[in-house]
Amino acid sequence: MWQGFPLRPEQASTIARGIDHLYYFLTAVDLFFTALIFLTIFYFAVRYRRRPGNEKPAKTKTYLPLELAWTIIPALLCGVMFTWSASLFIKNSRPPRAATEIFVVGKQWMWKIQHGNGRSEIDALHIPVDVPIKLTMTSEDVIHDFFIPAFRVKKDVLPGRYTSLWFKATEIGKFHLFCGQYCGTGHSQMRGWVYVMKPADYERWLSGGVKTQTMAEAGAQLYEQYGCITCHGTGKAPPFVNLFGTTVQLQGGQSVTADDAYLRESILFPSAKIVAGFPAIMPTFKGQLSEDQVLDLIAYIKSLRTEERNSSK
Amino acid sequence: MATAAVENQSRVHYLNATYGIKSWLLTTDHKRIGLLYLVSITFFFMIGGAAAVLMRINLIEPQGALVQPETYNKLFSMHGIIMVFFFLIPSIPAVIGNFLVPMMIGARDLAFPKINLLSWYVFMAGGCCTLYAIIAGGVDSGWTFYTPLSTNYLNTHVLSAAIGVFIAGFSSILTGLNFIVTIHKMRAPGMTWFRMPLFLWAIYATSIIQILGTPVLAITLALVAVERVFHVGFFDPALGGDPILFQHLFWFYSHPAVYIMILPSMGVVSELIACFARKRIFGYSFVAFSSVAIAVISFLVWGHHMFVSGQSIYAGLVFSLLSFAVAIPSAIKVFNWTATLYKGTISFDAPMLYALGFIGLFTMGGLTGLFLASVAVDVHVHDTYFVIAHFHYIMVGGALMGYLGAIHFWWPKISGRLYPDRWARFAALVIFAGFNLTFFPQFILGYLGMPRRYATYPPEFQVLNVMSSAGASILGIGYLIPLIYLIWSIRNGPVAGPNPWNARGLEWQTPSPPPTENFEETPIVTEEAYAYEGEEVPVG
Repeated sequence: MWQGFPLRPEQASTIARGIDHLYYFLTAVDLFFTALIFLTIFYFAVRYRRRPGNEKPAKTKTYLPLELAWTIIPALLCGVMFTWSASLFIKNSRPPRAATEIFVVGKQWMWKIQHGNGRSEIDALHIPVDVPIKLTMTSEDVIHDFFIPAFRVKKDVLPGRYTSLWFKATEIGKFHLFCGQYCGTGHSQMRGWVYVMKPADYERWLSGGVKTQTMAEAGAQLYEQYGCITCHGTGKAPPFVNLFGTTVQLQGGQSVTADDAYLRESILFPSAKIVAGFPAIMPTFKGQLSEDQVLDLIAYIKSLRTEERNSSK
Repeated sequence: MATAAVENQSRVHYLNATYGIKSWLLTTDHKRIGLLYLVSITFFFMIGGAAAVLMRINLIEPQGALVQPETYNKLFSMHGIIMVFFFLIPSIPAVIGNFLVPMMIGARDLAFPKINLLSWYVFMAGGCCTLYAIIAGGVDSGWTFYTPLSTNYLNTHVLSAAIGVFIAGFSSILTGLNFIVTIHKMRAPGMTWFRMPLFLWAIYATSIIQILGTPVLAITLALVAVERVFHVGFFDPALGGDPILFQHLFWFYSHPAVYIMILPSMGVVSELIACFARKRIFGYSFVAFSSVAIAVISFLVWGHHMFVSGQSIYAGLVFSLLSFAVAIPSAIKVFNWTATLYKGTISFDAPMLYALGFIGLFTMGGLTGLFLASVAVDVHVHDTYFVIAHFHYIMVGGALMGYLGAIHFWWPKISGRLYPDRWARFAALVIFAGFNLTFFPQFILGYLGMPRRYATYPPEFQVLNVMSSAGASILGIGYLIPLIYLIWSIRNGPVAGPNPWNARGLEWQTPSPPPTENFEETPIVTEEAYAYEGEEVPVG
């Protein structure tokens, strides 16, 4: 590209190249039609300008084939653009199964990032290159938006629910992280950096810093501290072992997959979905647990797997 | 000339029929009400424009050259709220439409003249509420009022701004209602639907959107107010609400609102192109029905504002497809306008320059909309300056150019005077150049990733921001020039005569300025609109 004056951000993820190709195609179509309209107008403006000898406009009739042509051709082109864009979008929306999970909590006006082993960071995201990463994100207050231009990815970060985003970085380096959704006074300062590292460097980075518990360990501690164990550990309430990812039968005959969103809802709004065969006795933990702590608890629940399940996977 | 001037003074017309403030504030004459709107929205345009100037000055430096982020946020909120709700939406319908709808169909007034006056008072009441919000310390919710930020996290005057917009909405509903009834019931003998000027088709389509869409906005803002004041949870998850629900409701109105702004301009452009090329609009019925098609499809594309909000993939795909669909009728219009020039005899008076400028800028705005309809690309450019550039090409390059074209075309009818044509053509070129320099760099800035609504930004974006700010200063001057010569022309311009452009259309068959009752006798229409063809241009 033009070095001093770039027209696009770096291509630093597997997603970026595909988006740029579609962008170039759209730009070409755009330039073609802009040129077509501008040049036609310019030609007519000169050719048919009012001057001696051209003071009498000719009669023209609506010409149906022409009307059909300039309806159908743009429609077909739109069809091509839609198909291309839609297939790319579907592909980019589905994270690979093996993606490493990292957790993001947005808050006026900072990004709190938590890695599975408990290492956390603010306004920075360290990731290994060539490894698919899936972010699970939520907000503690208003809507934010996690945007990494070099990766061509963006997703709103909402209070009260989880959204997710995945990418696989292809370049080692330092890239902008922006909040894309206006979130109040400090919106434009809610920026950070994404550091893409060699996997070995990432492992070293991950084990450094202030020694902390893993998220699952922190979750296990909360599990005892908040007394979850008194019901969920004794059979009075549904057990957690091997729960994550299974289908849960609810009262009233419905069922739900035990994913992050379901677990979060059950911790904060326990009466929303009642598991069949259990009484609705759980109190809400809304206001008592922060979003980070909820993520820790979910990590703990995810970690409760028996060996057979792990090996069969 | 001198005798004409004397005649102009002595003849009784709508401007001199009665005198005094009261005769204006209590008028039910659609032409005078149009002028009340003209003065009001010019005032709002200057406030919104001043906010834009301060924003562009601030963005000259990455750290903010002028104000703190808190103030910057208030500036862009004020710019958006004022320009959308108090300038663009009322611009062509309430000013030009008020003046022209009865004249174009050969009627004496709108169907409900008192409701028409009421709509101006309602509009001003809404405007005062919003002005209060600004004077009392400002509002920093953005014009989009996204929840839960607007309901539970801001300590600024969100409530009075929202109430202002809520009230002004009723003015929009009343105006739309008035136009629909008038066009249905008050057409002169012989004025069939397909003899109507295309401006009326555009106004009709706009009115439908106004009366169907605006109540949804009103309900949404009322819910915001209730949540903010009484903490009833509609949108804030902390109260058990759903923040995405707000976005669905808001964009259900606010996307069609884009067409409230652009459709009337499209109507204006049809009038201007026909007159200055001296041709019937090519594909008249295709242009007419494309207005209706746009009005209908515009209600089905709101989800394209929410591609990254976490809505389902399938919703994203459906809204993407429908957004492509709305591009087709717009393309049909552009092609037909271009074809109208074919074998015409084209003159380049100031209104025509605005019309051609409209086609060029609207084409670019429309085509860049395809990037945003492409859901995969939108993920990257959503909420960046790419979007800002795109919708300014539509709303400023399109809607505002159309409005200025209309003002220049009908000014002789409104005021009875001509303005200096050279200055007007110069201003049109300055505006076109300034506009492109302001907004074209923003497409690149957006693709590079600069998010919108940023008071400060990384230093690598500075060059493009400085270019944009330089363009804005040219654009600002471009807007001031017409303001000066139009005001000057009211007293000093040459007398226009009834039909300075030799235009067809009933409004040109009556003197300028028109008498209060518009026509001495109800005209009888015997020919289609734009019957220019085959006749030599009369030597003016």
